[in-house]
Amino acid sequence: MRPARTPPPVTVRRRRPVIAALNYALLVIAAAAFVSPIAFMVAGSLKPDERVLAEAGSWQAVWPREASLQNYRDVFDRVPFGRYFLNSVVITGTIVLGGLVVNSLAGYAFARLRWRGRDALLGVVLALMVLPLQSIAVPLFYEVTILGWRDTYTAQILPFVANASAVYLFYSFFLGLPRELEEAAWTDRAGMLRTFLEVVVPNAKPAFATVAVVLFLFFWGLFLWPLLVTIGPEVRPLPVAIAHFQTLPPLKWGDIMAFGVMMVTPVLVLFLVFQRWFVQGVAASGRKG
Amino acid sequence: MKPVNRRRPRLRGEGVTAALFAAPALAGLLLFVAVPFGLALGLSLTNLRMGSPLQTRFVGWQQYARVLADPTFQRAMLNNALFAAVVVPVQTTLALLLALAVNQRLRGMVVFRALFFMPVVFPMALVALVWELIYAPGPNGPLNALLGLVTFGGVAPQDFLHDRLLALPAIMLMSIWQGVGFQMVVLLAGLQSIPNELYEAAATERAGRWSQFRHVTLPQLRNPLVFTALVTTVLAFRVFDQVQIMTRGGPLDATTTIMFEAVQAVFERQQVAQAAAMTVVFFFLVLMVTLVQRAAVRQEREVA
Repeated sequence: MRPARTPPPVTVRRRRPVIAALNYALLVIAAAAFVSPIAFMVAGSLKPDERVLAEAGSWQAVWPREASLQNYRDVFDRVPFGRYFLNSVVITGTIVLGGLVVNSLAGYAFARLRWRGRDALLGVVLALMVLPLQSIAVPLFYEVTILGWRDTYTAQILPFVANASAVYLFYSFFLGLPRELEEAAWTDRAGMLRTFLEVVVPNAKPAFATVAVVLFLFFWGLFLWPLLVTIGPEVRPLPVAIAHFQTLPPLKWGDIMAFGVMMVTPVLVLFLVFQRWFVQGVAASGRKG
Repeated sequence: MKPVNRRRPRLRGEGVTAALFAAPALAGLLLFVAVPFGLALGLSLTNLRMGSPLQTRFVGWQQYARVLADPTFQRAMLNNALFAAVVVPVQTTLALLLALAVNQRLRGMVVFRALFFMPVVFPMALVALVWELIYAPGPNGPLNALLGLVTFGGVAPQDFLHDRLLALPAIMLMSIWQGVGFQMVVLLAGLQSIPNELYEAAATERAGRWSQFRHVTLPQLRNPLVFTALVTTVLAFRVFDQVQIMTRGGPLDATTTIMFEAVQAVFERQQVAQAAAMTVVFFFLVLMVTLVQRAAVRQEREVA
């Protein structure tokens, strides 16, 4: 679309040190606004429960005097945290992996293969993109209930593997790949699946990364749908579990914060390790506009 | 949607392979997107209640009439509209400022970018619980303490989430905190793809910083800006998690939303048909917003 990344514009000519300092000061204040709720959560998770609120108005809200892991032990004593975590991993993992396979194959069929009805069906997929999950949640809930899938993994996975936006993203990425890549393979009489796997996929890593990141973030945090379809703890994922945990008497904020830290740490670690992909994935999901 | 590969002869078995490639995705979209949407339209015209002994029958527009006349649902639509009216401009502006800030060629910008983006990876359910505590009433509540500190005690402690006027703004503030990093990243990518020559040209014309921003940056950023505004608007109409966890629509419907009412209709009253009507209303509102925004973009293009 545009020439490759250019360095940021040279807005900084020669700045006076005062302005540079002011610039940093503003950035640090902004950063504090973003970090302090997170620090508050972490600090709260390490304190005896009664101090979480008692100290919430002082600087100790974000920096505990002494730290203990008691709240973390409490979480494991009070609820099957391991089970919740496993549920989230299984559900999100299957959606991401299944989604990569299913939607990339469809995107490829739309972008490169010739078949009857292709353009019409592509139009249908584009139309389905405007339907957010919320607009079909109620009837889908009804459908899943009739199918007898309430309180199962199936209800939380199967409806979301196929994804119109992901198909579209793959489709537009594949369109942009040079066609010579596959034509060489085809003249070698390699099968279409093998060509796809060995020639196309290795050249489409950014598209796969984008789809994986966007699907992962969305489904790891999904709350409305599992709230509707889960009943017991067996298949309950983390977001519903933490909301449920808050309603379990006695209300202990320290425990809730410990639950929260454990629920978000793996995502933060993934984010820090794959930061480039996260940021590029999100940015790329916005580029279709 | 351009036809591709017209020159290449069709390969043997290409149609079958293509069908096999596309079938899983198309089947999934049919069963779990298209069918439910059709079902929403169909159910909304009936009187279906789950577990009700009454026979389900066609009632025409009755559910829509009832839903649209319901003051609570009207309040929900108003709240969603207010949410969009405040959050979209505020969040987009803030995201633009942050993107400009971290786009400077200075040390440490990578760190700031990561910090501003971090809340995006937090599940909304968790964010809602943490902020519920931040909004704790009394002088010990973190936000109350901070407000007291910066105003030297000029602001009395508030009970943010139980105040009719403050509850919705409190939810808005939290949502902006969680979501602004997403927009920032999209806008940052936009900023970085502006060709440097444009700035150089502006510099030779001795354009000041503000004039560069006005005549180079903003016009070049139009597409990402429209995209982020659109996404944020749709998100504003989808608000549910925060409300369910923090306020349950209260106090006195001050924070209820369309999705919250739809879920209430299903869970509290088993009114599937009514909930279906609500989600259809939701869909048309979102569709209208999308169309209006697209039309606005097109007009702007013609003018430019």
